[in-house]
Amino acid sequence: MFTIPPFAQLKAKVGFCTDADAQRSLRANHLNIDDLAALLSPEADKHLEAMAERSADITAQRFGKTTQIYAPLYVSSFCTNRCSYCGFAADNKIERRILSLEEAESEAMLLQQRGFNHILLVSGEAPAKLGVEYLEKLALLLRHRFAAISIEVQPLATEEYARLFAAGITSVAIYQETYDRKTYNKVHLGGMKSDFEFRLDTPARAAAGGMREVGIGTLLGLADWRTEGLALGLHLAWLRKNFWRTAITVSFPRLRPAAGEFEPLCTVTERDLSHLIFALRLFDPDVGIILSTREEARYRNGMIGLGPTRYSAGSCTAPGGYSDPEISGEQFAIGDHRSIQEVCAAIRQKGYDPVRKDWDAGFQLH
Amino acid sequence: MLKIADRTFRSRLFLGTGKFSSAETLKKTIEASGSEMITVALRRVDLNDPADDIMNVLDRDKYLFLPNTSGARDAKEAVRLARLARAAGSGDWLKLEVTPDPRTLLPDPIETLRATEELAKEGFIVLPYMNGDPILALRLQDAGAAAVMPLGAPIGTNLGLITKFQVEIIIDQARVPVIVDAGLGAPSDAALAMEIGADAVLVNTAISVAGDPVKMAAAFAGAVEAGRAAYEAGLGRKSAEASASSPLTGLDFIKT
Amino acid sequence: MKITCNGETKEITPGTTLVSFIQDMNLNPDTVVAECDGRIVKRDEYDTLVFSDGNVLELIRFVGGG
Repeated sequence: MFTIPPFAQLKAKVGFCTDADAQRSLRANHLNIDDLAALLSPEADKHLEAMAERSADITAQRFGKTTQIYAPLYVSSFCTNRCSYCGFAADNKIERRILSLEEAESEAMLLQQRGFNHILLVSGEAPAKLGVEYLEKLALLLRHRFAAISIEVQPLATEEYARLFAAGITSVAIYQETYDRKTYNKVHLGGMKSDFEFRLDTPARAAAGGMREVGIGTLLGLADWRTEGLALGLHLAWLRKNFWRTAITVSFPRLRPAAGEFEPLCTVTERDLSHLIFALRLFDPDVGIILSTREEARYRNGMIGLGPTRYSAGSCTAPGGYSDPEISGEQFAIGDHRSIQEVCAAIRQKGYDPVRKDWDAGFQLH
Repeated sequence: MLKIADRTFRSRLFLGTGKFSSAETLKKTIEASGSEMITVALRRVDLNDPADDIMNVLDRDKYLFLPNTSGARDAKEAVRLARLARAAGSGDWLKLEVTPDPRTLLPDPIETLRATEELAKEGFIVLPYMNGDPILALRLQDAGAAAVMPLGAPIGTNLGLITKFQVEIIIDQARVPVIVDAGLGAPSDAALAMEIGADAVLVNTAISVAGDPVKMAAAFAGAVEAGRAAYEAGLGRKSAEASASSPLTGLDFIKT
Repeated sequence: MKITCNGETKEITPGTTLVSFIQDMNLNPDTVVAECDGRIVKRDEYDTLVFSDGNVLELIRFVGGG
């Protein structure tokens, strides 16, 4: 089982790096965890341009001149957790909704009409309202109409992941939010999610359940971003060692305004986010890096080709929001309001190919 | 310290005992190498030369015996040899070799995987000899191998670490120890293998056929230690390209 | 009676045990493993195994190898 060293220890490791360390790591062919620490250290700040350049080179070499496109499909805003930063937190007085299978299907078909082939099913954590059965049924309805279906829902058991994989779900995103136990306990006030260890072990269960891809990530704005990056690198390296058949993606969502008026515990600028993305790319040339519509169009345009490999587009974070744009009860306010066509056009303008279909579940035998 | 299965080793040099000119030289060479694990093969007794018994010169309490399955051409033969080795009292440790091609003695990946699966089930501590194939290393690890033994070059060729690129990937990915076996021709080859992060090396021909095997064993021992120390010290890596002095990316889109 | 040992035909007296045969060949029973008719003989059977006519015996031991 993956265990994470104390956050303070990791923070000290990052802080201890020198400029010489950063420069050496920047030039290294094959980076280890010490190199990642050096590249995340404040000493590396002044080398951001050089990191960006290497990151862009590696990304082009490993992924080609492409950017994958997907859309989230929010199916439920019911949640039993009390996460202080999240709009779906149980205490928040928002209009809750769970889509019926028919409603979810028609939302999905709307996304398909708009040109999406990869979708991510998202829900709050309320197993009594939305459990494996629901996801299985929905996946069976959608599997032949989408190239790939991912989920970002409550943590499940290995057997449940295996069951969903058999139903056509190929990828699971499960973010630790923060690798700092103290902060974790402070912001996860109640519900299943308050169990740090159980959540930390979830990506391994998803991989053991046979998923083709597992996404990990941290929510930026909770704890020191440099240390979060190092912790994420450790988690990533551990998953690589133990589940070599599984593709891994990382994501660094920055806190966005949401119901509940939570103020970020620390500031993470666009520059910091870029720094994290470049460092992770240098550390792991093959990891998928997701940049969602939480970020503004200007920034997302600028980052095309520099490290990220997957963009969401045309997103709505409230269940039913694609059929009814006036609907309320979103998880968070997005930063990039462009349609998929506009995002694809921006990607093409940069000389990159927006990829809407990167896999076909029809290839999968079991 | 190196740990394989439940056993720890101070020395990261393992020694093969083949092709030595005399039992006396072999004995002195093992001592000079500092090795704690030595490999042996199994053969039919030559009834006309009963006194030629390697066990007369080797101290089983001092060294861990790692019998190999050399001569096996498929998984079935390897499994039989393994069982014989165990019956001969060598314990559960086994260097699995399946080499159907008598010319190159290159390992058969498919039969090696089959034999590893079977032998791991029977409780053997299996150390399979394999080509520099990273996916095979992972498959062998998943099948229960206690370590993997990628070749540096074909057995007895002294060509050195010609599989370096693949062995680096294996070292990067494997959870079990990686022992570079076969083909290492000079102490510098062994040092290189250790510098890139191999957990140990196994050397035979380069030592046994040297002009002075005892001296060569000491030379390999020094090289292995130096290589390991360099790896642990964090070797200055060769850079892929000169670092750009005037970056071209342009990050001015970033809001500050 | 006759048995085959390592491919050679050997004439033995009826009642010969494995351990006495090995010793007669000037071998050390502790370092030799025996396979009789394709079955590995356990160490504690060396004293009790008595050959029958036509047994095929393989005597194997460790040699130098890499």
